[in-house]
Amino acid sequence: MADRFEARFSAVGGQGVILAGDLLARAAYEEGKFSVQSPTYTAQVRGGPTKIDVIISEEKILYPRTMAIDFFLSLAQRSFDSFGVGLKPGCTILVDPNLVHDCKGHKNVYRIPVIDLTHTGLGRIVYTSVVALGAMVELTHVVKNETIQKIVEKHAPKGTEKQNLKALDIGFSAAAAAKADE
Amino acid sequence: MSQVVFWTGNEVTAEAGIAAGCRFFGGYPITPSSEIAAVMAKRLPMENGIFIQMEDEIAAMGACIGAAMAGAKSMTATSGPGFSLKQEHIGFACMVEAPCVIVNVQRGGPSTGLPTHPAQSDLMQARWGTHGDHAIIALAPAYLRELYLEIIRAFNLSEKFRLPVIVLIDEILGHMSECFEVPEPHEYTIFNRVKTDKSPEEYNPYEVSDGELVPPMANYFEGYRFHATGLNHDKTGFPTTDQVLCQTDEVRKHEKIAQNRAEIDSWEEIMLDDAEVLVIAFGSTARGAQTAVEEVRKDGIRAGLFRPITVWPFPEERVRELAQGKKAVIVAEMNLGQMILEVERVAHSDVKIVGCQKIGGIPIEPYEIVAKIREVG
Repeated sequence: MADRFEARFSAVGGQGVILAGDLLARAAYEEGKFSVQSPTYTAQVRGGPTKIDVIISEEKILYPRTMAIDFFLSLAQRSFDSFGVGLKPGCTILVDPNLVHDCKGHKNVYRIPVIDLTHTGLGRIVYTSVVALGAMVELTHVVKNETIQKIVEKHAPKGTEKQNLKALDIGFSAAAAAKADE
Repeated sequence: MSQVVFWTGNEVTAEAGIAAGCRFFGGYPITPSSEIAAVMAKRLPMENGIFIQMEDEIAAMGACIGAAMAGAKSMTATSGPGFSLKQEHIGFACMVEAPCVIVNVQRGGPSTGLPTHPAQSDLMQARWGTHGDHAIIALAPAYLRELYLEIIRAFNLSEKFRLPVIVLIDEILGHMSECFEVPEPHEYTIFNRVKTDKSPEEYNPYEVSDGELVPPMANYFEGYRFHATGLNHDKTGFPTTDQVLCQTDEVRKHEKIAQNRAEIDSWEEIMLDDAEVLVIAFGSTARGAQTAVEEVRKDGIRAGLFRPITVWPFPEERVRELAQGKKAVIVAEMNLGQMILEVERVAHSDVKIVGCQKIGGIPIEPYEIVAKIREVG
């Protein structure tokens, strides 16, 4: 279990974090690691609290959900409250400060306004989860930036590759700036 | 080179069905199984198969049986409430010996319960959900590559023994994905039902020769008279109340399983050679149970895992042997104690048996099983 890296992306249904988690798991596999993604959502497709657990390991993954979370993303207060449990001490946390106001006293919180950045940079907030994914990769380096770019490009709906890659770049830059501010 | 995929368990189920030769799906969507129907609706037409969306789960099961009798390998998929609705027709499939596969992606219950959360509380229902002393097989894989192969095995067993085979997974396996190489056709066998070599004039749909247990089939619409009824019937397929005929026929259906255990049984044993504590778990719960066993081993506690893959028939003899002389047996399951009843039934009475049970939609976490092992070990 020692080398397990556990990430949890949480939001409300419709914000796209389940897709983002899926892409992260695929990127880890691309780098020759084992990965599992396991989503949770409520009976409401949109608007209900939702999360995806992504486990990355050098070894075959047995238990497919998180045990001690290394990285936690939240794009909604409700999802932070519901799913911000089981975090490792020192867990890296990324939130959108316009949506998550109370981080329950956790340290190591990066507050990046991903929705505003997406809207400003791309004109449509549909790319929010990809911006968040880019920021996550830059903060953790759990996979290489090039790998996530390759996977996002491969899985982006036809005609949206450029925008999705730009979304990743926005995330990379915002996270790099946030780290520099430390 | 093998195809490497990152399918969800539900996608695996559908693709494996197609690889097994499934060409008919009787569908009625229900969370967390709906993606199986969605994939089948898209994929079956590409394979000259038929997907039909029925008006409810009962009708979906009925369509599945009809297609099976007409010669197709057929499947349906559902979850808790739908599984309850299908029970009457599952009994009919048992009675008319219709080969078919029913996938139950288990969710919390009873009733509509927890649609998007996992459970393993349909274990007993898979065995005893439909009335009567019916014979049935149920398989419960734990990994997605294994799920692929077990779906194929479910079709093979249903075709070979002419009975419904249930595959029990749960919301975790249905919705998660993990990369694996799709098994190549040379890595598995495909069994197709034995068809009659008799002429329509000589054929009786439920006639078996001496020592034979599975009557060869004639498919509907091939010129054979084939009467199928839920009533007890004689070799012609028409109803009878003759006690000897009724008992003989029902016992024969049980013997199909009893005499073929070597082929039907399947399990995995992990670190059991020197184990003092035996952990028993199936399906997704077994993944956390293995983590727990590996964890306590680091502290010198000798625990091992027995993971039934075929859950019905229950592996009585092996569990009895393994339980003997153990300090304790722990049965971990996402229900309030179903498999533990089987373990208690078959293990010697002096063995301490404890449950590690959890419901409410959150899986049993490895540390919970670790704590249980430490308590007894």
